[in-house]
Amino acid sequence: MKKTVVSAAIGALALGVAFVSPAAAADVSACLITKTDTNPFFVKMKEGATAKAAELGVTLKSYAGKVDGDSESQVAAIETCIADGAKGILIAASDTKGIVPSVQKARDAGLLVIALDTPLEPISAADMTFATDNLLAGKLIGQWAAATLGDAAKDARVAFLDLTPSQPSVDVMRDQGFMIGFGIDPKDPNKIGDEDDPRIVGHDITNGNEEGGRTAMENLLQKDPTINVVHTINEPAAAGAYEALKAVGREKDVLIVSVDGGCPGVQNVADGVIGATSQQYPLAMAALGVEAIKKFADTGEKPKATDGKDFFDTGVALVTDKPVAGVESIDTKVGKEKCWG
Amino acid sequence: MSEPQAASKKPHLEYENVLSQSSKQVASFDTHDKTPLQKFQHFLHSSPAAVPLIVLLLSLLVFGIVLGGKFFSAFTLTLILQQVAIVGIVGAAQTLVILTAGIDLSVGAIMVLSSVIMGQFTFRYGLPAPVSIVCGLGVGALCGYINGWLVARMKLPPFIVTLGMWQIVLASNFLYSANETIRSQDISAQAPLLQLFGQSIRIGGAVLTYGVIAMVLLVAVLWYVLNRTAWGRHLYAVGDDPDAAELAGVNVKTMLISVYTLSGLICALAGWVLIGRIGSVSPTAGQFANIESITAVVIGGLSLFGGRGSIMGMLFGALIVGVFSLGLRLIGTDPQWTYLLIGVLIISAVAIDQWIRKVAG
Repeated sequence: MKKTVVSAAIGALALGVAFVSPAAAADVSACLITKTDTNPFFVKMKEGATAKAAELGVTLKSYAGKVDGDSESQVAAIETCIADGAKGILIAASDTKGIVPSVQKARDAGLLVIALDTPLEPISAADMTFATDNLLAGKLIGQWAAATLGDAAKDARVAFLDLTPSQPSVDVMRDQGFMIGFGIDPKDPNKIGDEDDPRIVGHDITNGNEEGGRTAMENLLQKDPTINVVHTINEPAAAGAYEALKAVGREKDVLIVSVDGGCPGVQNVADGVIGATSQQYPLAMAALGVEAIKKFADTGEKPKATDGKDFFDTGVALVTDKPVAGVESIDTKVGKEKCWG
Repeated sequence: MSEPQAASKKPHLEYENVLSQSSKQVASFDTHDKTPLQKFQHFLHSSPAAVPLIVLLLSLLVFGIVLGGKFFSAFTLTLILQQVAIVGIVGAAQTLVILTAGIDLSVGAIMVLSSVIMGQFTFRYGLPAPVSIVCGLGVGALCGYINGWLVARMKLPPFIVTLGMWQIVLASNFLYSANETIRSQDISAQAPLLQLFGQSIRIGGAVLTYGVIAMVLLVAVLWYVLNRTAWGRHLYAVGDDPDAAELAGVNVKTMLISVYTLSGLICALAGWVLIGRIGSVSPTAGQFANIESITAVVIGGLSLFGGRGSIMGMLFGALIVGVFSLGLRLIGTDPQWTYLLIGVLIISAVAIDQWIRKVAG
């Protein structure tokens, strides 16, 4: 009885494969797996990928985790893509180390895997990474903050509002990049929290949203009420931090810097809530990713990294209305034209 | 007394002789031979909010000793109140439902949807802020009513109903809002009423936001309603034993529907308070409010089997979590330790609840 069930299942599977294979050959299909369906960054990414896929005649299927950090849904999505006979996967991984075995399974099955926005650990676990240079993004706002403060930078009190306790690579690079730009010795640049510079007040986590940003800022202000520079992982966290500062009447004398370049964030730069933000370009990331999968399906050629980097750099620009000498930037008008979300 | 004696003379009644040697005490309750531990157990049974209150005071004491004035200042202590205001209000809604032996997984989603409706109705359709707020409160109550109707009329388990409702409401929230955040600056310029609960009263170092005051008032009013009104006593009765309540003349179905509707309305209020707290209207906020509110309720010593516990316990439970979170952050530990300790607290709370229940058994 058991045997019949098994052989029936194998038979059904074989039939399924027989049906799917010719369809896949005629039509290139690709998968987009994002962290969540809710963050405007990934919404824009999906928009870019969908538009490009329609243009190139690629069938695109989108998957997302339920919340940022939900790796299980992403693993299930990869398995679905392999079973579906997709040619390639674009993934913004929630758990950069944990997803690696699943990614390897996909690559073993002959799929091209491109990491979008968030590099895997190790970065070579994906065929290629299309991302913002997050270290550079952090460096730019660090340099800007240091130049804006001038001599006062050596006595600054700096708070770091990071993403999640698991220290995903994007979090680490922005955080450590800021330190390098600001002139703080980051010690091990792959680890947050091993620094001993007395200017650091502390690190707290925000989950990248307003609520977490406000609570984290309140906590760090309790630790040291003289904080005057705040590095934030993204603009929603920055907006939350601003509310916390406003509640204690300190919003005018604290410098907030951020990374992302979303439209509300750029507007906040224009309004003086955020001093400067490093803008990234998710639409380009996703569109280039779809193009790469199409090319791989047609010719078997894999995308190459930007010269001197181990990933394909999709660009970053500093947005501020208070430019400083020595740090290249664009103003909020230009920033708004290129913003997302 | 004399009858058995007299009876013993007759041989066929001899078996009654033994009665003269037996105990002559009248049946009574044991009251005197209790150990101090048993007395304590009895005390805890009669005042369900005592355990969380003791834990709260102990944790305040410990963090106060470790951190000193940095922790024991009016500012820090009121900051904890600000940080638990949302969980406290949502927890009040959760308390009502859990007292009926139900559970509401959709509380956080209803809160966020309501806040998004208040924001979008004002900014997308240009409605006056008070109208939008009423609409937001109405939608919250409607979500709650649907939950209640499905539980009471369709006889579906509350866990399943609200699990489904959670997903439906959250998805509606993201679809309707298109994941757009309404910025704090725009709200304060055009519809400051939405941020009402973010305003504060300062007394010395203490900062009490309207959100905190709303939470305290809400819990106080619900405490009165639950303990001093017919509706409140019926709610406990329904949670303890719905069949008995029905036989005693309580309309259980109407009762359940009213509880879930009120719960939805309170969640919508939490949505309004949320706008005050974070300044902006963000569809991604409050993702874990359901779990956090259940945590507060459980640590607060309310029984998940219904009918037992005090809403004050929930407030203490929420405050315990707040004290641990801020205290551990000030000490500078990895945030994971907070979650670990909260996990320990949850299990301990239920274990203590089981031990206390033995007094009744």
